Amino acid sequence: MTAIDLNQTKFAAEKLFQRKRLVAFGIPAVIALYLAYIFFAFDLPGLAQRASMDNAVKLASDSWSHKVHVTRDNRSGEVSYAVEGERKGRYPEGQRPDWVSGDEVTTIDLGGDHIVRYLPQNRTEIDIPGFPLIEVQAEGRSLTSNLPEDLPDWISASSRRIGITTPEGRITLTGARTEVFNYFPGWELFWFTLDSPYHGEGLGSILFGKQIDPTRSNVAGALSDWWNNPMWRHRDVAWAIGETILMAFLGTMGAAIIALPLAFLAAKRFSPLMQIRASTRRLFDFVRGVDALIWTVVLARAFGPGPLTGALAILITDTGTFGKIFSEALENADQKQIEGVSSTGAKPLQRYRFGVIPQVVPVLLAQILYFLESNTRSATIIGAITGGGIGLMLTQAIQTQKDWEEVAYYIVLIILMVMFMDWFSGWLRGRLIGRSQ
Amino acid sequence: MADVSLSGASLGVDSIQSSYLAQVQRRRLYGGLTLLIFIVLMVSGFTIADDRNAGGFWNGLHQVGDYPTDVLSEAWEQRADLPGLVVKYFPALVETVNIAAVSTLIGAIGGLFLSLLGTRGLAKWPRLILLFRRLSDIMRAVPEIVVALVLIFVLGGGPVPAMIAIAIHTAGSLGKMFSEVSENADLKPLEGLESTGATWFKRMLIGILPQVAPNYVSYTLLRFEINIRASAILGFVGAGGLGYELRNAMAWGPGRFDEAAAIFILLFGTIVFFDQVSSRYRNRLTEGQAQ
Repeated sequence: MTAIDLNQTKFAAEKLFQRKRLVAFGIPAVIALYLAYIFFAFDLPGLAQRASMDNAVKLASDSWSHKVHVTRDNRSGEVSYAVEGERKGRYPEGQRPDWVSGDEVTTIDLGGDHIVRYLPQNRTEIDIPGFPLIEVQAEGRSLTSNLPEDLPDWISASSRRIGITTPEGRITLTGARTEVFNYFPGWELFWFTLDSPYHGEGLGSILFGKQIDPTRSNVAGALSDWWNNPMWRHRDVAWAIGETILMAFLGTMGAAIIALPLAFLAAKRFSPLMQIRASTRRLFDFVRGVDALIWTVVLARAFGPGPLTGALAILITDTGTFGKIFSEALENADQKQIEGVSSTGAKPLQRYRFGVIPQVVPVLLAQILYFLESNTRSATIIGAITGGGIGLMLTQAIQTQKDWEEVAYYIVLIILMVMFMDWFSGWLRGRLIGRSQ
Repeated sequence: MADVSLSGASLGVDSIQSSYLAQVQRRRLYGGLTLLIFIVLMVSGFTIADDRNAGGFWNGLHQVGDYPTDVLSEAWEQRADLPGLVVKYFPALVETVNIAAVSTLIGAIGGLFLSLLGTRGLAKWPRLILLFRRLSDIMRAVPEIVVALVLIFVLGGGPVPAMIAIAIHTAGSLGKMFSEVSENADLKPLEGLESTGATWFKRMLIGILPQVAPNYVSYTLLRFEINIRASAILGFVGAGGLGYELRNAMAWGPGRFDEAAAIFILLFGTIVFFDQVSSRYRNRLTEGQAQ
């Protein structure tokens, strides 16, 4: 090796090093530049102002707690008690929470020495430690109170409305009514609503205790009351989850059934005519490219909202995807096995059945099962658009912006559902094609 | 064994044949039963779905073409406007692609750490391997729409909720795919680097990343394709981009179908374009590895 050769090699090596260095610094620099562009394109500085911390706090606290409303209608003077202020969560006549006492004067003990008293003639007394006794009188549409001019920031007051927020609970007073919200941790009435005779009974007393409802046996009655719980709607939720899984199942399996014969048409080895091959492939590309979103929109017009529309949208999109994957698998099938089968005098259909199918089935099954799991997630989203399944319930619960504990419940269920489908498809794959895959 | 084969060849063949036939029959029975269960599930599933749908399958079937025909014919009448509309909605398209790109990028970085921290032999804290695996399982299980809807409530509409939602899901699913790759990585470079006193970060950067990079990039590109679709769909529930414009255009109904058509065309074109580009690069990456 001469000196010139060496020099050239060294030069080439240095150039290579330089290029690598450029790439090593260039790629992070490009990523950083892109992120900087996104920072302004997505208006992140403005986001801080748009973001509503109140909503975040409400979401964080409401999703694991509930409140009980004690409401006095200032026209009739009637006091009502309701969980979350809903009609379905109202305490039956003659019952009330045990932190409320008194007949003429209704005394509400919010805990921590915070006491609210509903006095006759629409007067209200609020006793908060470390603050002078607040007295409010409601008359017609306006309020008069003994609140000083200078208010702490947890009290907001005008002549029409007074709001007091304490760590123990919230108090709102208007001319028409006086309301106290007392917060408790947990999802109230998750098992039974207040009108059910099983409310407040433990598991032990339902299973082994004496008969609570004379007309029904304890277990059957409790199950039926829980299943038909009007606040949490367990039956509807179970149906919705079933619908979502059904969408995924019908869509995935239907797509696989349709895609398998079409894949033969698109595979080079089984379809000698170029035009048929090309047109089948274009068909696959087309249905895949149109995407589930557009298919959902189009199909919802024809079939209306519901699980069938979602299933068909998944079916059409995945027919394209499966067709592509299947035809690739078919092209990779081993020719020798087909030759062996045809040497026994097998007809073309038999050749496919015994020469090709056994080879590709593990690949196809693995893909189908993987898509089954991934389509469960898609079905949740498609359900939110087309109107079916748990996706719809979730969107509705979020849009009402008050039942955050239900939103939390649905989210937990959705995650469990997807994890179950993940586990189930993995288990099925293990059973059908062996663990080694 | 020798005794068995010697104890009469004719009997051996018979017993082999009968046991083989019995085995075949049993297998056929199982196969037939599985098929039967599957058919029953499909048919009953279809019936239930049909019942619970607002419009029936057979009534709707001949209406499938109506809406596309309406949209396309109206768009065809106003075809002169289409280029203008395509230009009008181009920024929305850019937003959709940007959402997908950023969330893929962030998700890939997150997935990278999740996979490295969750793979035996590579993890920085071996005791926490299970934790990181569960974490990535949970992130993978959360459908994008759940996070997006909650974040839209807190942050308001726009691209950021969709971006975060897709990034979380991407990190989870890439974390799983990456760790399948990095489980097969050669650990010898790591030992060599460790002997020089390299930190965990450097060992991963120099010892592992070059081995797994082609596969990682290939998976990330595949994820990018998926995320473009996801970001279009999330737009439909209020997260900005093309999906949002599509919902608005559809809400207008007839008379504005040319706008819907323009968005359909843009969305279709984008998805096909990025599918082609990414599949070409993925092929190149995996081919380069085989050589």
